[in-house]
Amino acid sequence: MSSLEPTIHGHPEVATKHDAHADEHGVHHHKETFITKYVFSQDHKMICKQFLITGMIWAIIGGLMSVLFRLQLGYPDSHFKILEDLLGSKWAKGGQIQPEFYYALITMHGTILVFFVLTGGLSGTFANFLIPLQIGARDMASPFLNMLSYWFFFSASIVMFSSLFLETGPASGGWTSYVPLSALGDASDGSKAGMDFWLVSMALFVVSSLLGGLNYISTVLNMRTKGMSMTRLPLTIWALFFTAILGVLSFPVLLSGFILLLFDRHAGTSFYLSDIFIGPTQKALPNEGGSAILYQHLFWFLGHPEVYIIILPAMGLVSEVLSVNARKPIFGYMAMVGSLFAIAILAFLVWAHHMFVTGLNPFLGSVFVLLTLLIAVPSAIKVFNWLTTLWRGNIRFTPAMLFAIGFVSTFISGGLTGIFLGNSTLDIQLHDTYFVIAHFHIVMGVSGVLGMFAGIYHWFPKMYGRYMNATLGYIHFWVTLAGAYLIFWPMHYEGLAGMPRRYWDYTAWISFNQFSGLNRFISTVAIITFAVQLLFIFNFFYSIFKGRRVMNRNPWGATTLEWTAPIRPGHGNWPGEIPEVHRWPYDYAKDGRDFIPQTEPLGSNESSH
Amino acid sequence: MSTFFLILILLFGFLITFQIAKASEYVGVLRGEKKNLEQHNRINGFLMIVFLVLGLIGVYWCNELFRGKILGESASVHGEQIDTMMYITIAITGVVFVITQVLLFWFAFKYQYSEKRKAYYFPHSNKLEVIWTVIPAIALTVLVGFGLFYWFRITGDAPADSLQVEVTGKQFGWIFRYAGKDQTFGKKYYQRISDANNNQLGLIWDDAATHDDLVVNNTMYCVVNRPVKLIIGSRDVIHDVGLVYFRQKMDAVPGTPTTLWFTPKFTTDEMKKKLNNPDFEYEISCDQMCGKGHYTMRGIVKVVGADEFKLWLAKQKPNYAQVMGDKTPAPAGQADSTKSTVSR
Repeated sequence: MSSLEPTIHGHPEVATKHDAHADEHGVHHHKETFITKYVFSQDHKMICKQFLITGMIWAIIGGLMSVLFRLQLGYPDSHFKILEDLLGSKWAKGGQIQPEFYYALITMHGTILVFFVLTGGLSGTFANFLIPLQIGARDMASPFLNMLSYWFFFSASIVMFSSLFLETGPASGGWTSYVPLSALGDASDGSKAGMDFWLVSMALFVVSSLLGGLNYISTVLNMRTKGMSMTRLPLTIWALFFTAILGVLSFPVLLSGFILLLFDRHAGTSFYLSDIFIGPTQKALPNEGGSAILYQHLFWFLGHPEVYIIILPAMGLVSEVLSVNARKPIFGYMAMVGSLFAIAILAFLVWAHHMFVTGLNPFLGSVFVLLTLLIAVPSAIKVFNWLTTLWRGNIRFTPAMLFAIGFVSTFISGGLTGIFLGNSTLDIQLHDTYFVIAHFHIVMGVSGVLGMFAGIYHWFPKMYGRYMNATLGYIHFWVTLAGAYLIFWPMHYEGLAGMPRRYWDYTAWISFNQFSGLNRFISTVAIITFAVQLLFIFNFFYSIFKGRRVMNRNPWGATTLEWTAPIRPGHGNWPGEIPEVHRWPYDYAKDGRDFIPQTEPLGSNESSH
Repeated sequence: MSTFFLILILLFGFLITFQIAKASEYVGVLRGEKKNLEQHNRINGFLMIVFLVLGLIGVYWCNELFRGKILGESASVHGEQIDTMMYITIAITGVVFVITQVLLFWFAFKYQYSEKRKAYYFPHSNKLEVIWTVIPAIALTVLVGFGLFYWFRITGDAPADSLQVEVTGKQFGWIFRYAGKDQTFGKKYYQRISDANNNQLGLIWDDAATHDDLVVNNTMYCVVNRPVKLIIGSRDVIHDVGLVYFRQKMDAVPGTPTTLWFTPKFTTDEMKKKLNNPDFEYEISCDQMCGKGHYTMRGIVKVVGADEFKLWLAKQKPNYAQVMGDKTPAPAGQADSTKSTVSR
């Protein structure tokens, strides 16, 4: 018998029993208006979709921005009249992306993709969807705070989006917003109103992340169903759990850095400012004693854990998808948990590897080299475990599985180039070059996004009771993987040549003008790869309404609890009692059986794994 | 107009793809779940191997294509160590890359779904975990060991007889200061900066040490085979002195001076011959986002012989002299490159 359930929305639970296969309706037949069901919903499954769709909208915007700035990089001598027609003569005079606009585009592209798509859209979606369903809970610990976490995310989105329409433009000092550039409106138009909007939006975003993270941690620790010990949790939950801890401990530091920046911008303080003379205004600022490097410490103290906040959920999703579709246990469950734990701890100890050339004491730099290369070890363990999961499996290539395999490939590629950058000696040459861009795009941009796609294709049937079209999925995968490698692989060479990042134009540079052909190639591939994402968007929305219906509640033959809930789970997820758990989630191909759900008790002669 | 047609073609392409996909789904339903799965599986399994082969060929081809476009021999002494480190790292990561990618795509292809196949229940193996924890740890220790060995050499103190040049970044250019005959950089204070009064660095004229300081824009000179130490700062936002050929880089931070040093091996003229490019210059690239002119901050480093350097110095007029008119005679040829400078 499960223990006393908390009530939802103040309504007592209505326990009814439904036939396992014919289930289409939610259980609770209490009164819901359109607003409480779709807008201010406190149901984790609806909140998940809100995060997902908002994330997808941002992904289109951020991706479109990259197409625009790649137009400048790939075709610097071309004039696209349509740009001036659409964007006006300030941003796109003569059909060319102007430098100010270019810098606004790259800044917003980074900000949008790192925070709104890969954090909000990835964590927000899957933590919300999977945590209650996979641990056997009716909803999150606090559905109300959960709802707030989405609406703070939405407000952050509104503020960030409106900054695009300011006359002086959005923030344009890079997604890292280093001071003093971001503190001084006189140093850049993007540091005027646009920077304030950026900071306010980010503050709202941090609140959203904290609310979500606290909820996820509480729910995982307190609301697991009977028999669901921590060591029987699916790896997805472990990953989301550690991600939430990372976020809760590091986002506040980012916020503090932003608050100090707001003070420096508007309250005459000198946390970051010292010895500044502005050329255009010929004014020496009165601020003295501040350290511009302090901002970088505060930023990267989140900034580094942030990339693990992005990749850990993707790792968790992929572990699940690989195992289900290889019909084999994930290899080395405890090692996987241990390596997630090691990565989480080390994530806090490596931030200054982004600052090797800021003038840090070289000894301090060496400490960060050691810790950074240390973090490569658990990542390597995970890769080997994924490979062993595939070995001697019986692999089903669903679109989700393809994306999971693509994740492993790009994680290997991007992770290995991290070893170059983590070595301070090499970082001297590679810092702020296209090598860095290639590295983080492959390991976070591509890998993280592929993991997200794997999750969407795999759990879409549970979210919407329908399948996404598989053929479109296959096309989406192969074009995206090939395109991504074609775009980012050659960039490493540009980086080895020392080609700096964040340059509007390279033609005036003897050292860097040898790549115009390559830049054009990369831009062309980028446009094609972006276009194929639109195919995915179409597939997603079309399938919600017209996709092939799911006819059984466990279409993938998986062992985890979410697949024991009805095809479209209603409020409270399970009609009747929440299932009890008797085994770990990876009994695939055990004792000659295809799979054994977690809910099935151990046989009389059976040993646990 | 052509953009319009392009978009139309794209839309048609989408529509056709969608129809094919939808049709294929119906065919799949008719054929039955199992047969459908098998056919899709075969195709994707095959694509896995094709992707692996094409990918590895692509990696090789890319290397051949771009090998000549990346930097050749290092133009600085310590740069040789950086290049060695680079090659060791490429070798180790390259081996790992090939092995893991081959295993990934090969396993995907080989173990694709088959009626006859039974997946193997293999949940863990402590022995394997230890093996692939220890081996990466050893490999990384080797890399860290080499890396830190070179790192401390590169970031250590510059030799006592280095030529010292103060570099100041600003939006959007580089200002260089030489210490002049007294081999001492005079005091400066940013609130004294005035471009209009030809005091770009805010030198304090009351300090006699500033009187012989040379201030030049955009182009700095240094001497081949003599260590040069750059004392780096900024007037406004963070910039970065990027010296690709010398394998050096250091942020220019307002309020926090930083330093770097290196020993150039080849003069600018030698490089022109070496690279067969009469337009060659050692460029300084700004390597930290600093505003809309970030890509225009191009400085030049002229590496010349000791004599030519003396001649160049002699021709420069100290900032103080320029500001005060011709009251103070320009010091001629006494910034002797063999004398050591007073370090700051």
